[in-house]
Amino acid sequence: MAYVAIADRDHHLHDPDTFITKYIWSQDHKVIAIQYAITAIFVGVVALVLSLLFRLQLGFPDTFNLVDPNQYYQYVTMHGMIMVIYLLTALFLGGFGNYLIPLMCGARDMVFPYMNMLSFWVYLLSVIVLLGSFFVPGGPTGAGWTLYPPQAISEGTPGIGGGIVLMLVSLAIFIVAFTMGGLNYVTTVLQARTRGMTLMRMPLAVWGIFVATILGLLAFPALLVAAVMMTLDRVVGTSFFMPEMLSLGRELDYGGGSPILFQHLFWFFGHPEVYIVALPAFGIVSDVLSVHARKNIFGYRMMVWAIVLIGALSFVVWAHHMYVSGMNPYFGFFFATTTLIIAVPTALKVYNWILTLWRGDIHLRVPMLFAIGFIFTFIHGGLTGLFLGNVTVDLPLSDTYFVVGHFHMVMGVSPVLVVFAAIYHWFPKITGRMFNETLGKVHFWLTLLGTYSIYLPMHYLGILGVPRRYYAYGDTDFIPASAQTLNSGITIAALIVAAVQIVFFVNVIWSLWRGPKADPNPWRATTLEWLTPDTPPKHGNWGPNLPEVHRWPYDYSVPGEKEDFIPQTEPPHAGVAAGRDHGVHH
Amino acid sequence: MASEMTDTGGAAALPQGLSGFARDWTADRQTFHVPWGKAMMWIFLLSDTFIFSLFLTSYMNVRMSTRVPWPNPSEVFALSFGGDPIPLILIAIMTFILITSSGTMALAVNYGYRGDRAKTAALMFVTAAFGATFVGMQAFEWMKLIVDEGVRPWGNPMGAAQFGSTFFMITGFHGFHVSCGVIYLAVIALKVLRGDYEASGNYEVVEIAGLYWHFVDLVWVFIFAFFYLW
Repeated sequence: MAYVAIADRDHHLHDPDTFITKYIWSQDHKVIAIQYAITAIFVGVVALVLSLLFRLQLGFPDTFNLVDPNQYYQYVTMHGMIMVIYLLTALFLGGFGNYLIPLMCGARDMVFPYMNMLSFWVYLLSVIVLLGSFFVPGGPTGAGWTLYPPQAISEGTPGIGGGIVLMLVSLAIFIVAFTMGGLNYVTTVLQARTRGMTLMRMPLAVWGIFVATILGLLAFPALLVAAVMMTLDRVVGTSFFMPEMLSLGRELDYGGGSPILFQHLFWFFGHPEVYIVALPAFGIVSDVLSVHARKNIFGYRMMVWAIVLIGALSFVVWAHHMYVSGMNPYFGFFFATTTLIIAVPTALKVYNWILTLWRGDIHLRVPMLFAIGFIFTFIHGGLTGLFLGNVTVDLPLSDTYFVVGHFHMVMGVSPVLVVFAAIYHWFPKITGRMFNETLGKVHFWLTLLGTYSIYLPMHYLGILGVPRRYYAYGDTDFIPASAQTLNSGITIAALIVAAVQIVFFVNVIWSLWRGPKADPNPWRATTLEWLTPDTPPKHGNWGPNLPEVHRWPYDYSVPGEKEDFIPQTEPPHAGVAAGRDHGVHH
Repeated sequence: MASEMTDTGGAAALPQGLSGFARDWTADRQTFHVPWGKAMMWIFLLSDTFIFSLFLTSYMNVRMSTRVPWPNPSEVFALSFGGDPIPLILIAIMTFILITSSGTMALAVNYGYRGDRAKTAALMFVTAAFGATFVGMQAFEWMKLIVDEGVRPWGNPMGAAQFGSTFFMITGFHGFHVSCGVIYLAVIALKVLRGDYEASGNYEVVEIAGLYWHFVDLVWVFIFAFFYLW
């Protein structure tokens, strides 16, 4: 067909020649990816510092007095929103999605590079608007990261002046940025793969990012709609979410709105959002495990279908976040059922990761350590999710630290471990240099053990009934004194984990300048990004000719072969069992 | 077309039905046999569908949850030409104009593929003009509601405050889409007229703009049904 040749056609990539077009207003997906990643990690560090400030308050309530109660809520709110959206979503999709999709699919760039560039700059604008809310009178919003009305915009909540409005505006801008990037990622995966790269020959990292982006394109609309309506409630005085109510003894002008509507909209976005972060992590970890265990991923097809199924199911479970808001018991039953059904494809993935390791030739290099660490934290976070998915168990636990522990285990620590695995794994390709292995291992062990000592005790605190969202506990009958000791311990662990991240930054920066030159394919991996003519890849990625793919991405340790890996571009030859290839044969 | 025939020469031997569908979807290089821009527009429209659906769902939700009676749309949206007020007359004309514009857009796409630049551009300008007329009439309708009937986003004399809130928000959001469409069509029409696509001979770009335009019209049908007929 006339279109088939587009990928091969020497279409007009812009030709960057000055510093500005190369590194600032760049349309190269790799540069945009790095811009996304640096911005996301920067705001992530801001959110990390915020968490230390309120952790110091929680751990040592009368000692430091760094934050007052209003600031406590503001910092918790900003910490949550930044980590979930501005760090993890942006880093996985804008960062790794941008870098890996064209390289792993064998494309020269995203399909619309200019729009891709705009996506980053609009994202940066959303970050600036968000951080701007720290500097307006009243400070940032303290409504909690879920921004539930009516309290989010009512007297008494910190930041109801400029803070909440800037938060909502920033979210809307972020969604515009994400849509521009997301349309690019999906279209590139669907339409711009190289010859031989069928959907069933795509690495799982691309599958995870691809399905997550589709989820984003369908779920972010709910957040946009909610943000628009709440902005109107706050600024214009409409009553979408605001019921008739008394505030501080005074009847408000609002009336007739539905606060529950906001919760539905928020979680219709919010639950798929969990998988927008988790699916890329699933995909990346599958690839890292397979490469460093020198074994094909166990059950590739099932892994793909599990990603798709999890993505689809994630749209029909949202109300499990709202059990305590009250709902018809039949709805509770429905949402508990769908929630528990998601455990099936998820457990399938976990089993397949473990079976990939089973009798593998495991190389415990830094990316592999982080990937294995992820399996542990994800199993722990996932199992406590089964508790909370049941209505009767959720009700008493919902307002306690059990939820904080569960959530951070499954959606905080697990994806962040994968982020580190991915950074260490692709660092040689992105920078052309090797990182320091010892510093990487120190970083891994202290991070893994440290995060466990933060979040495991939180489950215990939750079962004791220690409520979350409290600035200080004071003297209460039902909380034993030992709980406060535990709280102090958690804070100390958090400080250590935060300090350990300095090791990571030192490693990255030192290796950028002084690291030994990296081999183009240091892990001896099969996928296309390791087969570029230049390391780091140049603009246009592939030199004059696009690579041609002949096999799936997991041909490791094939019996009878000299090498323990066969690159995807290797044509079939005598002695190679092609039976594992799920692609369409030519 | 000739190259298409040669490249898919083996089509007769390819699997049909479900396995053919699976084969298409998992084929290398591209899943849908359409240009990148068209695929991207479809995906964008899918995302936009979710935005409009959620706006309309929210509207239904607040309409059902408010305890104050909802104003009667037949009366609110009636227009008088000297005699008795005619219910929904303005909106009927607006809807007619917008649907007509879909027709002229379809013709523009047709002439685009035939390579008739003058007619394509002319029909696109006509489409844009219909769109601009629609937005103009919407502005008139807003003005009538705000000035004559005292409807505000935060309240109105006829009943539930959410009537005005949802009306201005959703028709405003749709009007914003139409306005963007008018600019989009005008830009593409100018480029067609200037001969920007002569080199490639590819007028898909007209069809892609058309997809957006038809979508905006289709959404209007739902807004019309839920706001004016319910």
